Amino acid sequence: MSEKVLMKGNEAIAEAAISCGCRHYFGYPITPQTEIAAYMAKRMPKIGGTFLQAESEIAAINMVIGAASAGVRVMTSSSSPGVSLKSEGISYMAGCDLPALIVNVQRGGPGLGGIQPSQSDYFQATRGGGHGDYHLLVLAPASVQEMAAMTVRAFDLADKYRMPCMLLADGTMGQMMEPVELGESTGGTVDKPWALTGTGMSRKHNIINSLSLTPDELERWNVDRYARYAKVERDEVLYEEYLCDDAEIVVVGFGIAARVAKNAVNAARAEGIKAGMFRPITLWPFPKKAMFERAKTARAFISVELSMGQMIEDIELAVRCTRPVTLCSRVGGMIPSPAEVKKSIEDAHAKLDGRN
Amino acid sequence: MTKNILIAGFGGQGVLFTGKFLAYAALLEDKQLSWLPSYGPEMRGGTCNCSVIISDEPVGSPIVTEPDILIAMNRPSLDKFEKAVVPGGEIYIDSSLVDRKVERDDVTVHYVPSTALSTERGFDGIANMILLGSVIEHSAVIDRKDIPAAMAKVVSAKHKDLYDFNIKAIELGYEFG
Repeated sequence: MSEKVLMKGNEAIAEAAISCGCRHYFGYPITPQTEIAAYMAKRMPKIGGTFLQAESEIAAINMVIGAASAGVRVMTSSSSPGVSLKSEGISYMAGCDLPALIVNVQRGGPGLGGIQPSQSDYFQATRGGGHGDYHLLVLAPASVQEMAAMTVRAFDLADKYRMPCMLLADGTMGQMMEPVELGESTGGTVDKPWALTGTGMSRKHNIINSLSLTPDELERWNVDRYARYAKVERDEVLYEEYLCDDAEIVVVGFGIAARVAKNAVNAARAEGIKAGMFRPITLWPFPKKAMFERAKTARAFISVELSMGQMIEDIELAVRCTRPVTLCSRVGGMIPSPAEVKKSIEDAHAKLDGRN
Repeated sequence: MTKNILIAGFGGQGVLFTGKFLAYAALLEDKQLSWLPSYGPEMRGGTCNCSVIISDEPVGSPIVTEPDILIAMNRPSLDKFEKAVVPGGEIYIDSSLVDRKVERDDVTVHYVPSTALSTERGFDGIANMILLGSVIEHSAVIDRKDIPAAMAKVVSAKHKDLYDFNIKAIELGYEFG
């Protein structure tokens, strides 16, 4: 075990990426994730890596495509408006089955929005964001320690399933400092026989491409990709349950919303309301089986989000409308307070009386 | 035990630095902690604040909405956060810059003319650490013995003069009480 250090969430992502073998970073600055680029700019030249500030987000994501095609661990990071610009490239990566890490430290939107924390890119992250049938594997850390751990996990899963992974954080997670213990360097040595590394005149050349003008071939690519997604859905779901076993009211939140929800659950418990918290850690795949199981004991769900209500749709799908689901949210860079979440717990609790 | 601390002032008064110092001291004491800055336009001037939570338990929300301890380094900060302090909480005020008294009577208030003291004693620009000395003296939020090591984490070894400067400012804060 290494020593605990204090780091910003953004810095923890950068250091963790380096520790697991990422030596290529391409990006374009935007608040509130610029510390990732700043950290990479400082470290990469010292360890033989590449840091490149591209002329735009679009250029940066296309550089990521190039590096990923060559089989190296590569990442980019941005915040909401920048991720929209990258979405075309991300769709191409999905179509080319290229592994890479894309970090979105979300800020308020739509449009240029603001620079304060938000979770309103949930649909964009979990539904693909760009055109075509595809998914990103989306991880939502809720502490600086998880920012580091999920970065390493994202690289590993990206390589394992040959798909782009997204770390979906927000301004609070990126800017806050907490103690973090960084794991030993793993190096990220994954065999990538598909990569464009030069044939050395000894093998057939590899092709990485998302274009096919033959419909039955393109159909097969899509179907094969979705078979891989099915494995991800089966094997890679992550979530945390807090005081859920006897909970009547289950508050669902990820990232910063989960941190606030935990305070509210504790406060509600102190007043005798049986509340619990369910925290999806993978947003895609969403922990729908576990949530459906939880709906057998819980009587009502509350979605706490920094959006106008996006994840709430996944909760309703997961519990198959067997339980009422209400929304507690703030937007535009505002964050629900523990008191606001507690109030929504009390409201949901009051409605339970007289109902089974 | 959990201490929710809110430090607020103008950009440039050392609000974030004060918080960072507390965070490192808590880390050395093996406590759970979080440090969250305001990172909006305020960091380019204007009002600025920083949430620090030090606890024996894992920290839930890192946003301090109801501080146990408020360090108010200017008038707008006191105006904005006075009501948020929990009953029985503590407010530390740079009374050189805040031209009013706290209106509540259910909190403990310490008025420290830290800006005037810093100018008077040749510590220009580190009124924040003088005020923090008073906080450490009264609140026991961190242990005095950890101060040198925590300072070494936030002030680069290349700047021995700044290290001494900051330590002396904290000591001045104790003295003033």
